[in-house]
Amino acid sequence: MIEILSETALATVQDLGRLGALGFGVGNSGAMDDLALAAGNLLLGNDETDAGVEVQIFPFAVRFQAPVAFAVTGADCAATLDGRPILPWWSCQASAGQVLRLSSPVASTWKASRAYLCVAGGIDAPVVLGSRSTQLRGAFGGHQGRALMQGDVLAAGAPGEGVRRVGFGLRPPGDVDPLLQDGVAAMRVLPAAEYERFSSDSLASFWVEPWKITPQSDRYGYRLAGPTLSLTTALELRSHGIVPGVIQVPPGGQPIVQMRDAQPSGGYPKIGTVIAADLWRLGQAPIGSKIRFVHCDWNAAIAAEARNRDYLDKVRRLTALYRSQQEKG
Amino acid sequence: MTQEFPTVSFLGTTALLFEAPGETSLAAQQRIWSLAQEAQSWPEVAEAVPGMNNLMVTFPQTPADPAPLASSLRAAWEAATPLPLEGRLVELPVTYGGDAGPHIADVIAHTGLDIDEIVARHTAPDYPVYAIGSHPGYCYLGGMDPRIATPRRKTPVLRLPGGAVSIGGPQTGVSASDGPSGWNTIGGTTMVFFDTAQSPPCLLRPGDIVRFRAARVIR
Repeated sequence: MIEILSETALATVQDLGRLGALGFGVGNSGAMDDLALAAGNLLLGNDETDAGVEVQIFPFAVRFQAPVAFAVTGADCAATLDGRPILPWWSCQASAGQVLRLSSPVASTWKASRAYLCVAGGIDAPVVLGSRSTQLRGAFGGHQGRALMQGDVLAAGAPGEGVRRVGFGLRPPGDVDPLLQDGVAAMRVLPAAEYERFSSDSLASFWVEPWKITPQSDRYGYRLAGPTLSLTTALELRSHGIVPGVIQVPPGGQPIVQMRDAQPSGGYPKIGTVIAADLWRLGQAPIGSKIRFVHCDWNAAIAAEARNRDYLDKVRRLTALYRSQQEKG
Repeated sequence: MTQEFPTVSFLGTTALLFEAPGETSLAAQQRIWSLAQEAQSWPEVAEAVPGMNNLMVTFPQTPADPAPLASSLRAAWEAATPLPLEGRLVELPVTYGGDAGPHIADVIAHTGLDIDEIVARHTAPDYPVYAIGSHPGYCYLGGMDPRIATPRRKTPVLRLPGGAVSIGGPQTGVSASDGPSGWNTIGGTTMVFFDTAQSPPCLLRPGDIVRFRAARVIR
């Protein structure tokens, strides 16, 4: 059991998302940085699809009410356990009563804004429509269908799973595989249906200029600020399915990238889609920071997905190796 | 935007979007329902999700080459015959204007009609549910009178209340829960559209008929 100590937590229980309920108007939800959550789970011997706590407001603190192995992945938040520093992306053991504190993300080699608290056995929230992720718009899933609040107690870990082999860690994918352009975090984009309908100046600006993530950005979408993007002629589209990563351009000309809590349909013109393999990069990009879009084709997108899978496969193998060595030792 | 031929485009590496040609119509939507039923049975499709005269198909895993699936969609569309769905009739009492309809003035300004004319035209048709989308339990409706069509707002509103009855371009609909929207809100209703305790969780499904009744008009 984990008790939330922070006054305004605004953290949510997330897994890798709710697939297969689009037909009911239910979007994906899921971790903004799916790689960090999956890797944190694997580090503890969990399934990569288990649920963790996504933290986006700091400081954040929890008390472990029972012994449990845990890991904090995503942003490096200078975490402490009862005041003693613990490493990010590292498997640790908490005793009953110990307090974990996360501070504002520290500037490391990569800029990140969200941390994931993973526990052995995963966060035990009810599976609703195929997922434990919090569906904020529909007010279901996760912990009571809402963001966590002070005093909430989360069930964590399967019985008998409280203590696991710990004491090893990972290099975060942001270190292993940074994608920077002129020192700015970059995301690969596949052109979408209305790409050709934008003016040539707008298309040039889209790829060349950096885009600032405005404060009106959250798990639903990132509203970007930069040059005005305009269509050659106005379009009024029929509503259609969209996915996280789709970059819509409302008539104001400032793009909005759909994120994990985005609605599963829309009607604004789409200039492109951030590929699924790079959504974690965007999910970690802090408000106020700048990003760039890099043109990519289908094969490059496939290769990027394979790289992410390779990273997780390596994590799985390393974890298995450490466990078997520790058991021998 | 209407086109002469169907188009298929990428939604990143997650899905393909098939768009039917021609003006939006119930006949074309019935063909979309038929295409959705067919595509849902294909192993390379995770979920086939109808929109307004279009269909999104998501992948169970990213295909090495999406071209064969795009071709299959085009071929299945040519072969598809309209699938009429026999739905239920659901009447929604609506308060038009006032606090419930903060954007009615924009619709009045755009259409040149007064509020009574807008309400009369909005309550007249039987609206078939074309598709479910946007947010849990939300219905896309067909059949709105084109005279009250009003463009989506230049910047989306951050929080529209559940029950909001709104117009976006040539379409109308009712918000099922609080959330952001780019549509113009003209009124409100108190119906519950989505409940995870029910199976299926949605009150309405494609093929059902919605009728709006003017419970009150605030001028």
